[in-house]
Amino acid sequence: MLRYLARRIVSLALSLLVASMAIFLLVEMVPGDPATFMLGTGAQPDTLAALRDQLGLNQPLPIRYADWLGAVLSGDLGVSFTYKTPVAGMIADRMQVSLPLAVMALALAVAIAFPVGIFAASRRGRVGDTTVMGLTQIGIALPNFWFAMLLVLLFAVRLRLLPAGGFAGWDHPVAALRSLLLPAVALALPQAAILARVLRSALIETLDQDYIRTARAKGLTRGQSLRRHALRNALIPVLTIMGMQFSFLLAGAIIIENVFYLPGLGRLIFQAITQRDLIVVQSAVLVLVAAVILVTFLVDMAYAAVDPRLRAR
Amino acid sequence: MRWTLIIGAILAGIAVLAAGMSFLWTPYDILQMDVPNKLQPPSAAHWFGTDQFGRDILSMVMVGARTSIAVALVAVGIGMGFGVPLGLVAAANRGGLIDEVIMRGNDLIFAFPSLVIAILITAAFGPSAVNAIIAIGIFNIPVFARVTRGGAMPIWTLDYIRAARVAGKNRARISVEHVLPNIANLLIVQGTIQFSLGILAEAGLSYVGLGAQPPTPSWGRMLAEAQTFVTLAPHVAVIPGLCIFLTVLGLNLLGDGLRDALDPRLKVMQA
Repeated sequence: MLRYLARRIVSLALSLLVASMAIFLLVEMVPGDPATFMLGTGAQPDTLAALRDQLGLNQPLPIRYADWLGAVLSGDLGVSFTYKTPVAGMIADRMQVSLPLAVMALALAVAIAFPVGIFAASRRGRVGDTTVMGLTQIGIALPNFWFAMLLVLLFAVRLRLLPAGGFAGWDHPVAALRSLLLPAVALALPQAAILARVLRSALIETLDQDYIRTARAKGLTRGQSLRRHALRNALIPVLTIMGMQFSFLLAGAIIIENVFYLPGLGRLIFQAITQRDLIVVQSAVLVLVAAVILVTFLVDMAYAAVDPRLRAR
Repeated sequence: MRWTLIIGAILAGIAVLAAGMSFLWTPYDILQMDVPNKLQPPSAAHWFGTDQFGRDILSMVMVGARTSIAVALVAVGIGMGFGVPLGLVAAANRGGLIDEVIMRGNDLIFAFPSLVIAILITAAFGPSAVNAIIAIGIFNIPVFARVTRGGAMPIWTLDYIRAARVAGKNRARISVEHVLPNIANLLIVQGTIQFSLGILAEAGLSYVGLGAQPPTPSWGRMLAEAQTFVTLAPHVAVIPGLCIFLTVLGLNLLGDGLRDALDPRLKVMQA
């Protein structure tokens, strides 16, 4: 286990390093000069030069990368070119929208997917299974931003039950939750469909195992053996997918955040790209990627701790 | 379940047919504005109604299908073109350093939030259909590499591969002559799935203004433009969305149906 752990930690550190380089280079390729963006096109050349110097934009590429990485490692994500505020604070602010949104969407997805997946698996090959699996195909094919638009049309415009967009802030918890509900539903449905299918497959695979047959032989009904034995063993692939979905929901909500005018992390990155606020883009993307790499690492470690067979790989 | 194959083929076929036909004929010129007849609901003259400039929506979704299909298809081509050779090399050198480097590289690309990077790429090189293709295509590479490696690994342990090695064939030749034909089914199925994901991704990028640029119609941008008028004339938003939905649904069903047809063993087990 220790050797496995050491190998994975080295691999983790390398992944993070390569990821940071890739992000830095990609952001470097974005055309447009941040100094010109900040001062406008009418700025004096010497003012521009001074600002570039102050922002460290005149340094050679490797130096700028090293400076950035060093600062990030010491917890300093830089200062936004546009808003002149620390990027760490901006990311923390936006997380107050993105994190609850991702959690709500994942919770909704799980709440839908588990009953659906268990129902389909327990009726494998029968009409109920076919119908439910057909419905999940519809869920997967729905473009979530279009679904979001239809939700707004129905619940905000026609029925006037929920707000069409915007975010009230957590000072008004009920209003805040209400404004996150439609976006969460729009994000959750396609994820629920995917999760339900994975759960069904995993359950069916487990139900074919000998120990389930033994349990059945000992007199447990199909439903009992499914709940007591199969579900627990089917959870590994399901948890893997949930881990991936959570990071997708955190970062991938950009378009939904745009539909609902939510001040989330995705929209921060999107706006920062259009404003050429490169330091914000760099740091925010790095935080997201690092989060995904870390979550994957932790999930791998948890599996290895539980299942010794995985350490041998 | 053969019906999935049939429904999938019909839905995907309609989209491909509409795109193909748009090269030769559309009911109206997509650039022809007719402001007095703007936002008209579906009628005999305009089957899918008209948009905010009085343009014929049917003609626009036909040409839009062209954009969606072209972008997704080329992105699948990029994914296969790079991913399959990488996966074959990794499987041929399984457990070795090359395998480790390729697979860790794959994990790394998977760790990046694809949409954010796609937005970054299109922002770096300017919004256009070509850059959308590159952005979507890059994320197809690790998918195909992984599927290829996964499919190729068990084949390397089979007797006929051993026979080929004894006969003096090198690993590259065995990969191409024996392994690749045996995982072709797998790649076709994955290709269909990535194709449908590509259509969704293109629609998403176009929706935020980073895909095909005006005047080239695209389903995603039609949706974005419709957002302002959605309360006045819901059909302007419903129709392009339905086109995306039905095409993606068709391709997913086609992929499922193909998998069942090509590998009957998976029929019951897989979702």
